Amino acid sequence: MIEVKNIVKSFDGRTVLHDVSATFYTGKTNLIIGQSGSGKTVLMKSLVGLLQPDGGSILFDGRNLVTMPAHEVKDLRKEIGMLFQGSALFDSETVLGNVMFPLVMFTDMSREEMLERAHFCINRVNLTGAENKYPSEISGGMQKRVAIARAIALNPKYLFCDEPNSGLDPKTSILIDELLSDITHEYEITTVINTHDMNSVLGIGENIIFINKGHREWVGDMTQIYTTANEALNDFVFATELFQQVKNYVKATGLTHPADRR
Amino acid sequence: MQLFSNIFCNKFKVGLQFNNLPTTIVGQSPDNNITIDDFFAKTAPLPTNIISFFCCNFVVISDKSNYIFMLITNSLATFGRYCLFIKRVFALPDRWGVFGRRTISEVSKLGIDSIPLVIVISLFIGAVIAIQMQLNISSPLIPAYSVGLATRDIVLLEFSNSILCLILAGKVGSNIASEIGTMRVTEQIDALEIMGVNSCNFLVLPKIIAFVLFMPALVIICIGTSLIGGYLVALLTDIITVSRYVYGLQALFIEWYVWYGLIKSLFFAFIIASVASFFGYYVKGGALDVGKASTNGVVSSSILILLFDVLLTKLLLQ
Repeated sequence: MIEVKNIVKSFDGRTVLHDVSATFYTGKTNLIIGQSGSGKTVLMKSLVGLLQPDGGSILFDGRNLVTMPAHEVKDLRKEIGMLFQGSALFDSETVLGNVMFPLVMFTDMSREEMLERAHFCINRVNLTGAENKYPSEISGGMQKRVAIARAIALNPKYLFCDEPNSGLDPKTSILIDELLSDITHEYEITTVINTHDMNSVLGIGENIIFINKGHREWVGDMTQIYTTANEALNDFVFATELFQQVKNYVKATGLTHPADRR
Repeated sequence: MQLFSNIFCNKFKVGLQFNNLPTTIVGQSPDNNITIDDFFAKTAPLPTNIISFFCCNFVVISDKSNYIFMLITNSLATFGRYCLFIKRVFALPDRWGVFGRRTISEVSKLGIDSIPLVIVISLFIGAVIAIQMQLNISSPLIPAYSVGLATRDIVLLEFSNSILCLILAGKVGSNIASEIGTMRVTEQIDALEIMGVNSCNFLVLPKIIAFVLFMPALVIICIGTSLIGGYLVALLTDIITVSRYVYGLQALFIEWYVWYGLIKSLFFAFIIASVASFFGYYVKGGALDVGKASTNGVVSSSILILLFDVLLTKLLLQ
């Protein structure tokens, strides 16, 4: 579990995050949503240690990242997997090389063991057969899946995903969402996803944190989002006519969310 | 440090605007009087170090004290950032095996791939030096073998190290800066950092070690090929006989000149690899900024090579 307590972050005198507190639960897909410029990327970067908050604390199962000494941060980072918006795969390495990279750097496994683990992860994201291709030779969706395979290679306790669906077609987006959700439940990972994608919000959002103008505006899950009275959240999530109609239909018919029927 | 330098840049800008000073730019356009807004539009983003300022060829002569103050603080800030960068680069590698493999790969990329360029340039420049020597020092008072002797000494003292490194600063420096810069803007460096890898050490140290280790080989290839270039002139033309050229190559030989060239080249190789890496590592933005970083890396390392050439010549030859 990751607990964020009263995080404040400013740039050149402009406060981007105002006293934000949130909890990200283990074994759940935790979503950070908000408009562009609302501060969600700053929150995500603070969570992974790429930005140092001006105040507050970030507790990874009780360990405070903000006050942690450098060597402990280094150890903590081995428990973190990250999926970047642009995948951030190493151009000079093949798919197999990318997935093996964290194993080579941080484990004492034999080459056979590393190969076995890498093939397992590649198979888990349904990319068997693409091991020897370079990132430039595969599609954006496949690159995302390679990045997921690389992120889970070390069995991370925490998985961070920055806009995992950006630049993907709707069908591939759903595949990536399902994959992230499955992996989260299968390995009991604390997954934090930063997204704009409303399909993701309504499809896999088990714990949704809505950030608006640097404030934590709303917390709930994908079933509660249909009935929220929060105006800013309604404007953001149900911005299109289609989503508005879906919301009205769900309200009118009393349909339950698929998640409730599980 | 970046913030510190930016504060001074802004203070300087505001100060000039407040005083409404006319600003004259000397350098590329000595007589060009422009307004302060034009000046900052031309130099934006403000250069953060003396080296990139040299690249712009702009020097403000109004409000000199403010400018010099800003220049010094910016230069110190950049130098400080470079030192911190080098400190991170020279940490112990996380995995020696990975470091070794990456170093060998960099020897191939930065060193062996440069050999064809070195051979072509050296061959032609060696030939040109021989022809120029013959044309410029032909006198009954100067022995004919002087052509070979002068060609050899020019190649040993300057061409095979300083000039060669200036050329390699273009090829290798831009290669390094653009490679690391692209990794920065595509978040590959962030990915390394989040994994807990010291990205400076992982990416830059193999490049520095590989290039510094391979540079003497490039210098020796350059010396040999340049002298062969001169030999071909003697062989294929009638401006000097082969025997006199070869005698000149052997006459009054000072072994220290070879060591002098090799020692200098080690310093230059370090400058090329580290400065280009530094500019690439701190790129912010997109493809355009990678291009700018690459240019800044090449120009800055070229200026530093010339500066160290003077210092090392004074130290090693006097």
